[in-house]
Amino acid sequence: MSWTLRASHWSGLLGLALLLVGSYIGLFASPPGRHMNEVIRILYVHVPTAWIHMVCYLIAFLCGLASLWSGRRRWDYALIGAVETGVVLNVLLLIQGMIWGRATWEAKWGWSWADARLTTSLMTVLIYAGILALGSFVDEPERRSRWMAVTNTMAFLAVMFNYYAPQIFPGLHQVGFTPETVDASFKMPLRINAFAMLFLAIWLIGQRAFLEHRRRQLEDVEPPTRLAMLEES
Amino acid sequence: MSIGRQIGTILMKDLLLEWRSRARILSVVLFGIVALSLFAFAAGADTPMLQRYGPAYLVLTLLLSSTLALTEGFRVENEDRAIEGLLLLPVDPAAIFYGKALGNTLFLALLGPVLVGAAIVFYALEVGPVAVAKLLGLWALAAAGLSAPGTLYAAMTSQIRGQEVLLPIVHYPLVIPVLLAAVKSFDLALNGDPMAQMTSWISVLAAFSLIYWAVGGVLFRYVIEE
Repeated sequence: MSWTLRASHWSGLLGLALLLVGSYIGLFASPPGRHMNEVIRILYVHVPTAWIHMVCYLIAFLCGLASLWSGRRRWDYALIGAVETGVVLNVLLLIQGMIWGRATWEAKWGWSWADARLTTSLMTVLIYAGILALGSFVDEPERRSRWMAVTNTMAFLAVMFNYYAPQIFPGLHQVGFTPETVDASFKMPLRINAFAMLFLAIWLIGQRAFLEHRRRQLEDVEPPTRLAMLEES
Repeated sequence: MSIGRQIGTILMKDLLLEWRSRARILSVVLFGIVALSLFAFAAGADTPMLQRYGPAYLVLTLLLSSTLALTEGFRVENEDRAIEGLLLLPVDPAAIFYGKALGNTLFLALLGPVLVGAAIVFYALEVGPVAVAKLLGLWALAAAGLSAPGTLYAAMTSQIRGQEVLLPIVHYPLVIPVLLAAVKSFDLALNGDPMAQMTSWISVLAAFSLIYWAVGGVLFRYVIEE
């Protein structure tokens, strides 16, 4: 087992431990919100998910550029891991947003620009899901890597649009949090869960990258050798 | 040969091919008219509703027609592996991208007069010559926004199986900003612009086009290289 895979396992364990601690503080130790009462507790997972899904897309974008620049396969593996993890977090983000919206805005979904972030988040997940669909249709590994990198670069511009959507189209959605705009009692669970999500995302990216690496190894050899490799593993 | 001349040569090649067969333009125009009438059938005999949603139906028709046009635009390159011949020439890949994207923009822009005219008739839109001119200008701008990412994605999907499914899957979500800005600006052109919002929506369309035309030119070489 390579040291990167081992490191990603440790990252997963650390992320899980932090998530337990952060969730305990968020659910039981921190006070209810002044205006939103208990509903505010969903922010302790919603905001970290929002931050880290964008980090995943940023990692995918950088890996895509590195892949196009250097042509080294390791960047392709990380790219696929980052996109898939980003999509999973993006879907979770939308579900959490709907629960939040149901409780605070009395609507699970708002199509208008009254909540631009919700709409652009859906747009982002559809774009990245499309990229994964495209990748699954390409049989040649080298071409698949190149195209994934190209489509990722195109898609990241949409992520930027998503990031700035609440500023461009002011509406119900909060523009963003900074330590100055959040009460001290809310900072701790937010920070712990943000690091938890980050470490869990690193674990998922590492695992998926390793799987992709193994898949490529199998694709590189003839079917009889492939069978022997599968039996060995 | 300068890159400008290379772009011009590829554009002229595409236009000449189109002129000789005229199959693509006829089929896409017919498809557009069918789509416009289908929206009217689905909405029912409700003229106020058709007038209200006319801009949205027009933009959706442009988007759906663009898929057909983009797919057909690259099909000719893959017939008898013509793209390989193109790549063997001392031509910058960016010139191929810009030549083909310009061809697609021109093609979609030329659909404007026919489909806008059909929408005016089908949806009983009350418009003057100034509004029609504005609509056609906005149509061309939206066509440019759709063509840049569309050309890049059509170049990919035309080389693999399942292209009919894949092109809309990758293209449509990316061009949602074009869809929104075009619907809003079409609506303002048809129904008046008392709050002077048109410039903002035109800026969104122009910025989208500018970004994706620039990025597409850089990335195209990675899409077609073997």
